[in-house]
Amino acid sequence: MRQPVPTEHNTTPSIWSRLSTITDYFAWPLRTSHYLELVNPLWTTHKMQARVEKVWDETRDARTITLRPGLNWRGHRAGQHVRVGIPANGKHYTRTYTISSPPERNDDCFTITVKAIDKGTISHHIVRNIKVGDYLPIGLPQGDFYLPDANPIQPLFITAGSGITPAFSMISSLIAQERLPDTCHLHYSPHEFDVVLGKQLKEMDAKHSRYHLNLLYTREGKDQHFSEAQLAALCPDWKERDVYACGPPSLLEAIEACFEQAGCSRNLHIERFRAPFTEIPKDAVGGKVRFAQSGIDTEADSETPLLKVAEDAGMNPPHGCRMGICHTCNTTLVSGCVRDLRTGEVLNEAGSIVQTCICAAAGDCELDL
Amino acid sequence: MKTHKLPVNLTDEQIEDFGRELDAIRDEILDSRGERDRAYILKVIKTQRSMALGARVLIYASLFFLPAWGHALAVWPVMLTLLGLGTFMLGIAKILENMEIAHNVLHAQWDWMKDPEIQSNIWEWDTMSPSDRWMHSHNVVHHTWTNVLEKDLDVGYGIMRVTPMQRWKPAYLLQPVYFILLMLLFEEGVAFHEQAIDDHIKGKNKFADFKPLLKRIGYKIWRQVAKDYIAWPLAAALVAIPISFFVDFSPLAVFGIVAGANAIANVIRNIWAFMIIFCGHFPAGVHNFTLEQVEGETRARWYLRQLLGSCNIEGGKLFHVLSGNLSHQIEHHLFPDMCSNRYKEASPRVRALADRYGLPYNSASLFRQFGTTWLKNIRLAFPGGGEPYQRNPSQATSS
Repeated sequence: MRQPVPTEHNTTPSIWSRLSTITDYFAWPLRTSHYLELVNPLWTTHKMQARVEKVWDETRDARTITLRPGLNWRGHRAGQHVRVGIPANGKHYTRTYTISSPPERNDDCFTITVKAIDKGTISHHIVRNIKVGDYLPIGLPQGDFYLPDANPIQPLFITAGSGITPAFSMISSLIAQERLPDTCHLHYSPHEFDVVLGKQLKEMDAKHSRYHLNLLYTREGKDQHFSEAQLAALCPDWKERDVYACGPPSLLEAIEACFEQAGCSRNLHIERFRAPFTEIPKDAVGGKVRFAQSGIDTEADSETPLLKVAEDAGMNPPHGCRMGICHTCNTTLVSGCVRDLRTGEVLNEAGSIVQTCICAAAGDCELDL
Repeated sequence: MKTHKLPVNLTDEQIEDFGRELDAIRDEILDSRGERDRAYILKVIKTQRSMALGARVLIYASLFFLPAWGHALAVWPVMLTLLGLGTFMLGIAKILENMEIAHNVLHAQWDWMKDPEIQSNIWEWDTMSPSDRWMHSHNVVHHTWTNVLEKDLDVGYGIMRVTPMQRWKPAYLLQPVYFILLMLLFEEGVAFHEQAIDDHIKGKNKFADFKPLLKRIGYKIWRQVAKDYIAWPLAAALVAIPISFFVDFSPLAVFGIVAGANAIANVIRNIWAFMIIFCGHFPAGVHNFTLEQVEGETRARWYLRQLLGSCNIEGGKLFHVLSGNLSHQIEHHLFPDMCSNRYKEASPRVRALADRYGLPYNSASLFRQFGTTWLKNIRLAFPGGGEPYQRNPSQATSS
């Protein structure tokens, strides 16, 4: 494969990597790992995969998937997330999910808990179609939403919906380490029956006297939405606590505003699932185009191919047939939105491959050129 | 109203209609891609890798049956059968890798899956030409300028006269020899099939201009040679050294046997690839074009040129897979980025469309296509040369 070998920092090459430099001569142009994959997909080093060991339905639309990662996995910290590659309808998608199990689990597996979100093709696909025995490409654990090594004096978790997952991992981890401090937890969900991981939460609440769980149902009669008054009532010392919040944008905004007003924003740690999406305009419009590598900004209308736009801006990007067949002009969309002039298809997912000779700006966009 | 100079009796409007109908076929098939296509390519890749590994193991296993071992089954017939089987299997694995997998992945046919492992920009293939160099000479030059004289490097590959439109030179007298040499050394030929090198031979650029290019090609060739002719034979020879103290057989011969088997596997692949590829644009009835004919070409006219300049080969399912679906050369040239397993469903639709517009659709058996390619090769080695076997002179190569 022509991709660069990932550089390993501050480590001397392992025996395996030294050995594979030699064995790779036998496998060229592939790597030894491509043949090991035939024997066991978990032994690969050119990519990491995980085997689906168990699927468990938490609620009618949320599922916990137990994954056994490949050999070069490293442990995670409670609260971190992981990239998971999911093939759906023939296409490969990548999504990021919080690891819901604590690092102290002793079977070398971890779990992700996925809730099918409205119009979310991929989350629906995971909840409905992923089955035991599937192999999914995964990344390494990432993210800085985790507990400090020194115990938080007194944590307060405010979560909603599937935002429970990092908090669940953190609380289970503290319990597993037998060092759970006095913990207050406010969790919001529409109804009692759709609390993700609800059974486990209630069990923890019953078993551990230091864990105080407040389940709030927002669509069962009275208004239970987050407010400062409610917070003060359920957790009187909230201003002194380290706060970990995760949930939908509306909840996080309300929490941020509340803590800012009280002047204790620095206690607040927030994890966001999704970056806010920009609206795609109904009628095609042009916009500002940024060519990231060349550092050139320019304006484009909605019908000029981006290749032409780049050339008019004095660049000479790679191109071939100029009619969308040879793919020499392929580049990556860094951010923003472009339109395929042939199909009218709109590409707005960062990382999408853009054929500049047949794509035009659809609003502002940034290309890796 | 007819402004184009193509050898068909269609007006500009009719050609544009024809183009729109092809676009419709393309869009419909591309829109229906899904899980089943992904399953197909993953299966082919897995089969190919298992086959290559199995073939290597079989070649090694055959060494255990060398007569020198002295056990009951250690006789030449057993050894050679296993060796032959392993070599043949390796040849097939290489054919599958080059034709159905790499050629098509490098055409970006599978990029729609967005699978980070199966992408045209990272795929490297098991042949001496570096992927990205080949993508330039093939995807860009050949697919854009298909069969256009002076533009498409594949017309005669710089050494052969494949159309009477090329002016005869005495050097062409030897072209049946080049033909066979190119067939045996096809992968080396492809590696050095570069515009820059061609220009240099014609005195258009300096050596320094393409020295980095030669280095890239050199590195790829070195890794190919290191694998097939050093690593695999050497490993066998190293094992044979201690054994040679007890069994009377030279480690050097072991090295030779494994290297030889790999060489034969490569030649099997070369011959097959050459045959399939030469049947794509050189059989009787195919058209070549002048620069003047493609001036101001629209997408529809480009489609028409691809149709007139390509030929299909008929065969069964396995034949199509082993030919990388280049047996559907016409569909491949019309829709180079359509995933290859879909050409068989595009083929009857394109053929019916061609019929409706009264256009030729050059499709015949491998025997006919390769046979007329040979005939033409021999005829055009000599000066002049229309195409005597052309049944319908109105469709003869226009010049």
